[in-house]
Amino acid sequence: MLTPVLSDNWDQIRSWQLASYQRSGGYDALRTALRMQPADVVSAVKDSGLRGRGGAGFPTGMKWSFIPQDNPKPKYLVVNADESEPGTCKDIPLMLASPHTLVEGVIIASYAIRASVAFIYVRGEVLHVVRRLQQAVAEAKEAGFIGTDILGTGYDLDVIVHAGAGAYICGEETALLDSLEGRRGQPRLRPPFPAVAGLYGSPTVINNVESIASVPAIIKNGADWFSSMGTEKSKGMTLYSLSGHVTRPGQYEAPMGITLRQLIDLAGGVREGHELKFWTPGGSSTPLLTAEHLDIPLDYEGVGAAGSMLGTKALQIFDETTCVVRSVLRWTEFYKHESCGKCTPCREGTWWLVQILERLEHGKGSKDDLETLLDLCENITGRAFCALADGATAPITSSIQHFKDEYLAHFENGGCPFDPMASTVFATAGASA
Amino acid sequence: MAENHATATDVPVPYSTGDSKITDTTIAEMRELAARYPVGRSALLPMLHLVQSVEGRVTPEGIETCAEILGLTGAEVSAVATFYTMYKRRPVGDYHVGVCTNTLCAVMGGDVIFDRLKQHLDVGNDETTEDGKITLEHLECNAACDYAPVMMVNWEFFDDMTPESATQLVDDLRDGNEVKSPRGATICTWKEAERVLAGFPDGRADEGPTGGKATLAGLRLARERNWTAPSPNGGGSPAPLDGGPGPRPEDQPGRESQAVHTDDSRKED
Repeated sequence: MLTPVLSDNWDQIRSWQLASYQRSGGYDALRTALRMQPADVVSAVKDSGLRGRGGAGFPTGMKWSFIPQDNPKPKYLVVNADESEPGTCKDIPLMLASPHTLVEGVIIASYAIRASVAFIYVRGEVLHVVRRLQQAVAEAKEAGFIGTDILGTGYDLDVIVHAGAGAYICGEETALLDSLEGRRGQPRLRPPFPAVAGLYGSPTVINNVESIASVPAIIKNGADWFSSMGTEKSKGMTLYSLSGHVTRPGQYEAPMGITLRQLIDLAGGVREGHELKFWTPGGSSTPLLTAEHLDIPLDYEGVGAAGSMLGTKALQIFDETTCVVRSVLRWTEFYKHESCGKCTPCREGTWWLVQILERLEHGKGSKDDLETLLDLCENITGRAFCALADGATAPITSSIQHFKDEYLAHFENGGCPFDPMASTVFATAGASA
Repeated sequence: MAENHATATDVPVPYSTGDSKITDTTIAEMRELAARYPVGRSALLPMLHLVQSVEGRVTPEGIETCAEILGLTGAEVSAVATFYTMYKRRPVGDYHVGVCTNTLCAVMGGDVIFDRLKQHLDVGNDETTEDGKITLEHLECNAACDYAPVMMVNWEFFDDMTPESATQLVDDLRDGNEVKSPRGATICTWKEAERVLAGFPDGRADEGPTGGKATLAGLRLARERNWTAPSPNGGGSPAPLDGGPGPRPEDQPGRESQAVHTDDSRKED
């Protein structure tokens, strides 16, 4: 049922250190990869069926193959470690427990695309993760896995750990590039795509932490091994993150296609005495689902067919004590705060969405407001440079679809009908935990 | 923005207090940062973290120094500094205390905790206590949702918080008691943290565990039930007879799991 690969060494003593990582076979894959032709490394990752774990699900090997090798400019690998999507909490624990899994993947991926400099762009708000990454890169340099003439192959690579400064938008790959160039993090118009003109206008691959961390296992065990797990079009194992009203929240590494019913069962069920009300399959930017969707396979196709997106597999579980209007209002405030301001529909639109939702939550709205909300959403979605705007509307449109009555109850009731204390973790345990 | 997140923006920020602590050493370190990148401007974010580690905020002098080193105008650097939430125009206390109030944490108790701390410390959002010790701020999602409600002190995790543990935490910080993150190091000052983020390691990476209970929840279950990934050569693998994930008995006696804090019983099965 569970298939720990990325998380397999997390219970080892000082798993973040090089010595511990090598005891579990760490850096064996690097030696294998460096004996292969770079193009064969790309092919192996392509054949494995690995798809981007940052949310979009684009085939990783294909992304690598878009790098024009006849372009004389330097090539760059940039790891997106800016994990900030509400609900998403898989890359941070991975980098805390086993930063070398990522670093080994970075070296292999850089070799595959023939990059001589790689960057790990990690959000700034996670001090200890930054420390562990800095140390892992230093250890790898010391061991000769990073630097000049790596393991006598003549391949040179420098890896730079770069801390961001607090901006959700920098998780968007082109905004991340602008930020990494020392600018405001604002998305770029595409085309040109980063594979052609990315960092400093050079061919650049940008991959999520989990995608890159999956590479060593693929090289070590083979593409067939990886694709033996998962479903037809969504291959391999992946980290599912359960949070919220479940008995044992946490990281559950399973083959693609497991269902939420199975995961909640593994996590000891929904909070005792309560029942599932709604959930996000992959962070707040993926439309909400309900108890009717407990048995859909959690892969790209299954969640897509249910009208949402797999996203980052950030399964936020909310029970019946949670007010959906309050939840959606808070997410909308988040999008408003994090909108970079470049595109008018997003900058202005998220502001108006907050005004209307606040009115509704406080019982001062009307039925017309719901129409206005949906109309606004329609004018925001697909009308901005990047997906932040689409993400901002997802919780609103999906919650109105599933919980229209609850919106109506707010103004019929003259305010929020929920007791905010009832949804807290200390509601039943007494306030002394 | 919800009322409880309002910031006292009517309090003017002094443009310059004329007591900048930027020295030749700082300037040399900024140049060192710029030299790490293929293009120097890429070091601007780290350099601004360094400014905060020296000045306790982003000062006009800090902005001008960055601009001079990178060949930019002060306006160009200001444009960047004002874009990112972690850069502060007002002086930050010794301890930056953040409470996640994004939806999941808010629902799980973050809103109650944030309100309690505002009362307890008698400050509003993004304000500093009179003794200069604590700056309180509500945060957006900090990627630790499986430990909700989450707080951060100088960007170190504090998991599964309650109003009581939150007030105890800030009291300990104000009293100068040693405070450790359950998944990180002993808490340093905000300025010291900013220096690490700038790219100057402080040698504390080995403090703390591999992860907390939620990080290891799935792995522990897999171990208990002998679930493993398929073996590389030959399809679906039956679990090894000894129940272990692989041949590494030398690691068995000291499994990290023993070191993981288990004082939180609320979520125990």
